[in-house]
Amino acid sequence: MASEHVPLVVKHIDYTGAERLTMNMGPQHPSAHGVFRAILTLEGETVVGVDAVIGYLHRCHEKLAETLAYVQYPSIASKTDYVAAMSSELAYVMAAERLAKIDVPKRAQYLRVLVGELQRVASHCLWLGTWCMDMGGALGGGATIFLYCIRERELVLDLFESLTGARLLYGFHQVGGVRYDMPDNWASECRSTVDLIEKRVLEYEEMLEGNAFFMMRTKGVGVISRELALDVGISGPLLRASGVDCDLRRLAPYSSYEDFEFRVPVETAGDCFARYKVRMVEFRESIRIVRQILDGLPEGPISSRPGVKAVAQVRVPKGEMYARVEGPRGEVGCYLVGDGGPRPYRMKWRGASFSNLAVLPHIIPGHSVADVVAIMGSVDPVFGEVDR
Amino acid sequence: MSTLPPAVLGLAAGVVMLLFVIGLVTYVTLLERKFAARMQSRIGPYRVGWHGILQPIADAVKLMMKEDIVPREADKRVFNLAPVIFLVPCLLIFATIPFAPGLGVADLNIGILFFLAVSSMEIVGLFMAGWSSNNKYALISAMRAVNQIISYDLPFLLAALIPVILTGSLRLSDIAVAQDGLWFIAYPVLGQLGFLAFVVASVAAENRVPFDILEAESELVAGFRVEYSGMKFALIQLGEYAHVLGTSFLGALLFLGAWAGPGPEWLGPVWFLLKALGMFMLITWIRWSFIRIRVDQILQISWKLLLPLTMLLVIATSIVVVWRSGPGV
Amino acid sequence: MDAAQARARLAENPDAVISGEGAAIVVTVPASQWTMLAEFAKDSLGCTFFSFLSAVDWKEEGLEVVVWADNIDAPFSLLMKTRLGAGVTTCASLSRIFRGAAWMEREAFDMFGIVFEGHPDLRRILLDDDWVGHPLLKSYAVDTPYPPYR
Repeated sequence: MASEHVPLVVKHIDYTGAERLTMNMGPQHPSAHGVFRAILTLEGETVVGVDAVIGYLHRCHEKLAETLAYVQYPSIASKTDYVAAMSSELAYVMAAERLAKIDVPKRAQYLRVLVGELQRVASHCLWLGTWCMDMGGALGGGATIFLYCIRERELVLDLFESLTGARLLYGFHQVGGVRYDMPDNWASECRSTVDLIEKRVLEYEEMLEGNAFFMMRTKGVGVISRELALDVGISGPLLRASGVDCDLRRLAPYSSYEDFEFRVPVETAGDCFARYKVRMVEFRESIRIVRQILDGLPEGPISSRPGVKAVAQVRVPKGEMYARVEGPRGEVGCYLVGDGGPRPYRMKWRGASFSNLAVLPHIIPGHSVADVVAIMGSVDPVFGEVDR
Repeated sequence: MSTLPPAVLGLAAGVVMLLFVIGLVTYVTLLERKFAARMQSRIGPYRVGWHGILQPIADAVKLMMKEDIVPREADKRVFNLAPVIFLVPCLLIFATIPFAPGLGVADLNIGILFFLAVSSMEIVGLFMAGWSSNNKYALISAMRAVNQIISYDLPFLLAALIPVILTGSLRLSDIAVAQDGLWFIAYPVLGQLGFLAFVVASVAAENRVPFDILEAESELVAGFRVEYSGMKFALIQLGEYAHVLGTSFLGALLFLGAWAGPGPEWLGPVWFLLKALGMFMLITWIRWSFIRIRVDQILQISWKLLLPLTMLLVIATSIVVVWRSGPGV
Repeated sequence: MDAAQARARLAENPDAVISGEGAAIVVTVPASQWTMLAEFAKDSLGCTFFSFLSAVDWKEEGLEVVVWADNIDAPFSLLMKTRLGAGVTTCASLSRIFRGAAWMEREAFDMFGIVFEGHPDLRRILLDDDWVGHPLLKSYAVDTPYPPYR
């Protein structure tokens, strides 16, 4: 009989009454913040499982770095975290300098801090705007905040443009110092810009925290416990929102951060609102550091190796070095293995967003679809840095 | 004129009304875009015509020329029918609105009942669109839609009942006339609370931010209309704005005294239009200042806050009316 | 626990090779003690903050897996290393000790082909599932073609 070969069709009936729906979020999705794909398993509106798919923007920076000289790579380093290009440039340059024991003049160190903090302001502006847009919609109040924030970010980018000639990817740092000095009047422009931004940040804070719907959407949503935060290795504002007092500018001061006075905000709730709070304080602290630098910028050369012409001019001895900076999103690190030649033997990027994103599968299950975008926005991933 | 049969007259009135509504809706979108742009320190449409005055027409032409895409796996008949089913109730609600004494398509004696019944019919088209698209975003959106409309039609209806009780008639023109002396929004306590509840419920019933969970473009891309393109998309958009506008007219009629205003009597329709646009601007203002809330929170607001509030208001209004009319009625 | 005490505790293990200066401790152990070291670092040395896990391809000498963890209270940092040996591509997984290692190990598997034993979900993470080869190996040329794209 042929019936023996007919496959037995067993219809699986879910007796628990839980009908699951697999929904694909991304890689092209309004709130994907780039190209991120989350495969969500839903029970009604509740997410019960999430699989994160990344790598759409992968360029294998680490292989690329092995083929480029220490002088060439910094201008590409900015393409990892393109929203905060200054901090990723700095991480690479610092690793090379520490390994080769190259001194950096005081003025260059201060300038590095200056651009780093301005970059933090610009990056947080973008974060606040996009996050609110995730929760509020491009056709709603979210877009209003987004446009306000972009307006402020533009001001900082204008400053960068007059400093380096570029608005997104700067090539400002070089091994041994920085490439450009401040043009005339730049300091006063910078001062008025940060004054304006400080005023506007207060406005946003009032606008958002006075809004009951904003509080409803952020309080108690996406809680990351202290233990999970450390274990996964999330860093930056996320870690500080989970009650860990960890800021690399304090923990392992680099580039003369020990000269400046600033406060490291720490919140203990670990939810979206705590992350928001931490970043809002960071706006102000960054502006405070910027003012301190403008007040006390030392005179002197801006680079210990000015006029680097040949790409092989910088040689780094055999050895290994891990240099990290506190970027707007957290610990941006560069693990460099040198073999004595003009190119690194091995370079590893520790992107803050990569580790921060890895926490998503741990915290999303149990939240609703609407919370997924709120949590993802509060993590503030930049996919150039996740995929490298 | 009077020799024409009433059917022809009715048809003519209907056509004029339809053209008026569609024209108004197109330009209301420009109004909203300009208003939103100003809120966001932008300029808004500016290039097409003087200050972007031709922008809605350019948009309509663009949408008409777009390719009409029907997903292969969609339920084609339902998919094609849904925008029409969605649009018709949204336009029908204008039938009962009297724009001036005697100026309207049909001044039914159950006018407000008709309005409320028809306006909640749009959910059928909405659900059809979401279901037939064969898209998970659309399906979730349709699910949310049913949830939300059911939750908010009740408070919406109860809020609209307050002027009805105060007037003692379901006929919209009666309600308008009853406000000759005192607009119902000025009615102590009941009027203000009723108006507030009406605005909140109507924002939710119209699926506008902060209650736009069915569109929710950061979660569900575009919700139930994610698969629609070209003219069908335009129909849905038209229906949505027509609904908002119709509700604004209703609000202006129920609480803001309809055509009452200073000046000669022929200015009545102008006052009415201005009040309705004022309502529309209020809803737009809310839309562009709030962020969206979550489904469960929306339902909580409806069942735990809005519904009890409107019920209490209705009861209080009834008591006031009975008390004022005295014994023996 | 400060850096000097941590050094002393690590030195109790005769197989561990300790180097590095100041607060940056570098410790190398044989591959057999890999998970033991990670557990010791987390539980006894207080290095609870997991920074990154990666690998280095030393050509003939084989692969080396590196992990950076911080004790953020002290503060000091610990760079843990292990040589897998020539031709060996398996390594014990740390994903049970540090949850952050799960994605990092997937990346190392993707880029170096190191199979982490005990990893709950070892798939490629950055590259496509149908990718041939492991790009960060020194034997993988930069211009290796990838049909049909190039």
